[in-house]
Amino acid sequence: MEPVIARSPEVADEIKTTTCYMCACRCGIRVHLKDGKVRYIDGNKKHPVNKGVLCGKGSAGIMQHYSPARLQKPLLRTGPRGSGQFKEISWNEALDIATEWLGNVRKSNPRRLAFFTGRDQSQSLTGWWAIQYGTSNYAAHGGFCSVNMAAAGLYTFGGAFWEFGDPDWDLTKYFMLFGVAEDHASNPIKIGLGKLKKRGAKIVSINPIRTGYNAIADEWVGIKPGTDGLFVAALIYELLRTENVDLDYLVRYTNVPWLVIDNPGGPDDGLFARDEAGKPLVWDKTAGRVLNGYLPDITPSLSGEITLPDGKKARPVFELMAKRYLDKQYAPESVAEETGVPAEDIRRIAAELADVAFKQEISIDVEWTDWAGRKHDKMIGRPISMHAMRGISAHSNGFHTCRLIHILQILLGSIDCPGGFRYKAPYPKCIPPRLKPKGKTGEVTADEPLGGPHLGFPTSPEDLLVDQNGKAKRIDKAFSWSAPLAIHGMMHMVITNAAKGDPYPIDVLFMYMANMSWNSAMNTGDTLKYLTEKDEWTGAYKIPRIIYSDAYYSEMVPYADLVLPDTTYLERWDCISMLDRPISEPDAPADAIRHPVVKPDRDVRPFQDVLIDLGARLELPGFTNEDGSPTYPGGYPDYMVNHERLPGIGPLAGWRGEDRNTFGIGKKNPDQLERYIENGSFAIHHLEPNQRYYKHANRDYLDWAVSKGFLSNDAPLVFQLYSEPMQKFKLAAQGHGDIQPPDYHRARIERYFDPLPFWYEPFEGDMVSKEEFPIHALTQRPMHMYHSWGSQNAWLRQITNANKLFINRAKAESMDIKDDDWIWLISHIGRVKAQVKLQEGVNPDTVWTWNAIGKRKGAWNLDEDAPEATQGFLLNHLISELLPERSDGYHYSNSDPITGQAAWYDLKVRIEKADVSEGTGTQPVFEAFEVPLDHDVPHVSNFGAEFRPPNPEQSKPPQPSKEDNAKEEADK
Amino acid sequence: MTTLPTSTKKKLGLVIDLDICVGCQACATSCKEWNTGGYSAPLSDIQPYGADPDGAWLNRIHTYEAGTGPEGRTVHFPRSCLHCEEPACVTVCPTGASYKREEDGIVLVNPDTCIGCKLCSWACPYGAREYDPAHGVMKKCTLCVDRIYNENLEEEDRIPACVRACPTGARHFGDLGDPNSDVSKLVAAREGYDLLPEFGYKPVNKYLPPRPRRDAYSQDKSTVAAAPIEPSDNEAGTMAAKLFTWADRMLSR
Repeated sequence: MEPVIARSPEVADEIKTTTCYMCACRCGIRVHLKDGKVRYIDGNKKHPVNKGVLCGKGSAGIMQHYSPARLQKPLLRTGPRGSGQFKEISWNEALDIATEWLGNVRKSNPRRLAFFTGRDQSQSLTGWWAIQYGTSNYAAHGGFCSVNMAAAGLYTFGGAFWEFGDPDWDLTKYFMLFGVAEDHASNPIKIGLGKLKKRGAKIVSINPIRTGYNAIADEWVGIKPGTDGLFVAALIYELLRTENVDLDYLVRYTNVPWLVIDNPGGPDDGLFARDEAGKPLVWDKTAGRVLNGYLPDITPSLSGEITLPDGKKARPVFELMAKRYLDKQYAPESVAEETGVPAEDIRRIAAELADVAFKQEISIDVEWTDWAGRKHDKMIGRPISMHAMRGISAHSNGFHTCRLIHILQILLGSIDCPGGFRYKAPYPKCIPPRLKPKGKTGEVTADEPLGGPHLGFPTSPEDLLVDQNGKAKRIDKAFSWSAPLAIHGMMHMVITNAAKGDPYPIDVLFMYMANMSWNSAMNTGDTLKYLTEKDEWTGAYKIPRIIYSDAYYSEMVPYADLVLPDTTYLERWDCISMLDRPISEPDAPADAIRHPVVKPDRDVRPFQDVLIDLGARLELPGFTNEDGSPTYPGGYPDYMVNHERLPGIGPLAGWRGEDRNTFGIGKKNPDQLERYIENGSFAIHHLEPNQRYYKHANRDYLDWAVSKGFLSNDAPLVFQLYSEPMQKFKLAAQGHGDIQPPDYHRARIERYFDPLPFWYEPFEGDMVSKEEFPIHALTQRPMHMYHSWGSQNAWLRQITNANKLFINRAKAESMDIKDDDWIWLISHIGRVKAQVKLQEGVNPDTVWTWNAIGKRKGAWNLDEDAPEATQGFLLNHLISELLPERSDGYHYSNSDPITGQAAWYDLKVRIEKADVSEGTGTQPVFEAFEVPLDHDVPHVSNFGAEFRPPNPEQSKPPQPSKEDNAKEEADK
Repeated sequence: MTTLPTSTKKKLGLVIDLDICVGCQACATSCKEWNTGGYSAPLSDIQPYGADPDGAWLNRIHTYEAGTGPEGRTVHFPRSCLHCEEPACVTVCPTGASYKREEDGIVLVNPDTCIGCKLCSWACPYGAREYDPAHGVMKKCTLCVDRIYNENLEEEDRIPACVRACPTGARHFGDLGDPNSDVSKLVAAREGYDLLPEFGYKPVNKYLPPRPRRDAYSQDKSTVAAAPIEPSDNEAGTMAAKLFTWADRMLSR
């Protein structure tokens, strides 16, 4: 007789929907609660992001929520910085201290507060708070993440890979995936790859490492790191050579016909020829004269020298592009050695792209109207799509490389067409968006708010935040001559610059959710020095006060003076807003919330509530009513419903207006959060079929976007293949205009601010000796930890708790290195000891490891002998935040010269075998932190035993004593 | 020794597509979180925050490399109980705790009668059994027997947790005894195969092999690249002139 088992056990007393926060992907989840505890988390099938599925991180959320690393109470430092010695204090005391520190700075010089956030999804609140506070020194972590992708896209086609668009997974036939790209789309990429596989679409991965997505690609191009731009330029060369570009698309939607003034040495050289109204000119073949390039139905010429009405000469962008990319330096034969990709493969891939784009064209029978009011009976598609993220971004040539990828997409006619790469609302935006960064001299005043946003889109030197000597006005030097288009700030430079007082010292460093003393630091060792360095005269820390908020005992916590403990993602309100980075799909603008599905069992508060409370205590405008009372006494949910940025525009787009059912702009609705919760914690608006493609030039979409405040007017968005803002910076470097770079910046600005993208060797590789440091070193996070909060997760750390250094097998054998050998990995600033694992699927000139596995002893409340601390290592120790010194003694930051993007992946190393006498275990190892938390972690976790359904026959709980019986049995 | 049913009414099992699996661990952690509070509760973890963390998992993902050089490939391989038609792990069980269900073919362990002798894990060539040292009993994939018939779940959710979670759609669940089921058709279409068929245990679960690559080393030569030219400064000018002539057709905006 078979035992009778419970077929239908009760799973939950209640199921609540909210939004996952195990990474940056923002999937819909259903949290199953039983007896007040979290029993199970699965994906919400109705959710637009993940459609019910859930990745390895999301499914391990329970262990994140119940982690013993969770902070319990506010902490005030009692020992030296970095010791981990704290005393617990009350929230009243903590908030009094924070108010005093922040209030003093605001009354004297608000710039002396640096407020930076990490993987924060509430930037529309944190940024607005910093505006009201009045400091210019605010940003999130984008500067060391993927700003190159955002900037390159926004300055080229008004969208970006990042979170601003998606491949048309349902229709694309050929998909190119460049580099590490898991970042902001964990489940969507996986769902998408599954769809491509089922349809037999070809997946080409361009990545030095064959893991994860690259493992299932139809073709793996194991390129040498940092040479993707060269590979893409060679594809462009081939497409131009074989006349496989979409001329109609180019003329209709891009600036290729626009005339560029040819006046070498003149102040207008390289700028667009414009009419009196400022409209760019083209040469119209039918009219035989220049015309406004924005007019419909013109017949522009794409080549040839034109004499302008004022006598100056000009040439169309297309001609300049052809000359740039048909140059022999970009021929497949010329790039094969540098990229490691054989010329015949480049030619074949170019031919495949051309074949799919032009011989396998698709069309959708949907009538649509273009920007000029002309009707089209169908939507033509070039079913080629591409995606890229950090693998392209985290190089010092990432901005230009990403622009090259966009040019490739646009030459093929594949942006926002069926089967191509598609925008997600609120994108497309103006190219670039019209916002300018605030924080110039005179724009930061004691006790006053900043007059606008911190982050914006400079289009000429006038927009930089520099003083009359060209010196940076921001602590991170964003929007200065060393990184003019640092549109996400440069968080990776804040600690270094603040400790050095360069460009000036600060009084308070206030950070949220960013492990800046460990795996988010470039040059971790020196960063620790900067965090603890004291003034030799006063004995005070050079960074006088550090306030930090985190939910867990991360490596950053011990370096804070005041710790504000945050909640887990299941205990909080959040707002994934259209004002920041919403969860839109190409066919459907959407935003989302988190709401508390369980109550905290500790004395912790959500950071956003704390920030709003501090805003009221500091009496910041926007957070305080005229009578001095707080504007949002109900905290973040109060703000989410009642805050309006402009009349009718609030943090949440759903269920607004008189009818309480309008998406976008409308009167606030006191029941808005209930509506979100009823709907699975998101709001979505489905675009009409005729609005879904060609959004940059689609009358019905443009009108709709204007009505929702996404665009300020209904003009078509013309792709800027040739970028005039870049040329304006170049002209300044050549000695034109009122605002010019200091002499020591001139040559660099002149070289890198090229209006047409080009490839150059990443800086570190170019500056250090190729003989001394011949190998590229990369990191990636394992898929089950990507963009996630540490490996303290009891389940995930069983999968990965130590990292090895992966080396190409043949290469390792040539160096007499075997599996499990210990080696030293050495860069121009330091060395780490690591254990080796040989791998076939890695570029021979590349080594790599899993990132952020290594933990400092004591951090995350792990045992001190946890493998994360004894074997896990960080490459961060080898990656300098500064480039090697120039001949004149100047150090640039290790960043992209355009955007300031941290160049993590430029690292060059050499390998030396460790001597047996050096033993096993990683180096360097830092002193263990004291742990201000209980460490009564059980030796055995029986999580889930309490949920075990009663057995219909007999109910017997698991008997731990069986272990002994079993041993005896086994011994017999 | 435990006897097997002479036949089962169904052959429920999984079909796992190795062409699609990216090794993301979603099936492993979703299995862990469901089952640690389900039929096999708990799936205990030893030293969850210590030096040698190790727990009971009913599904584990392995990554292998096959082949060398540019023709090599990386394969992610999820491994769990295959619910064999003739499982040695059952017949070897001295107490009858391991059994194969007559109703659906699922191989289960009754934790109330398992004595933790581990004979079954020695008998299983697939390494699919997980001894839970904290509780002294053997645990294994139940095919989510407490989900697939569970009337407290919505009908569409009555599938194993791993199949429900899998983001790429690499996992399929159904009756492999019914030749007309979707899973059987998929196995037929994609030439799904048995693991280690030579042992004769007749696994019910099937794996779908990776599709052939489409690259320089594959047979697919359907697209032919344009003939190369010797790159030179001269040639660049000629190519540009040719391109401009081509582009000079009447184009209107």
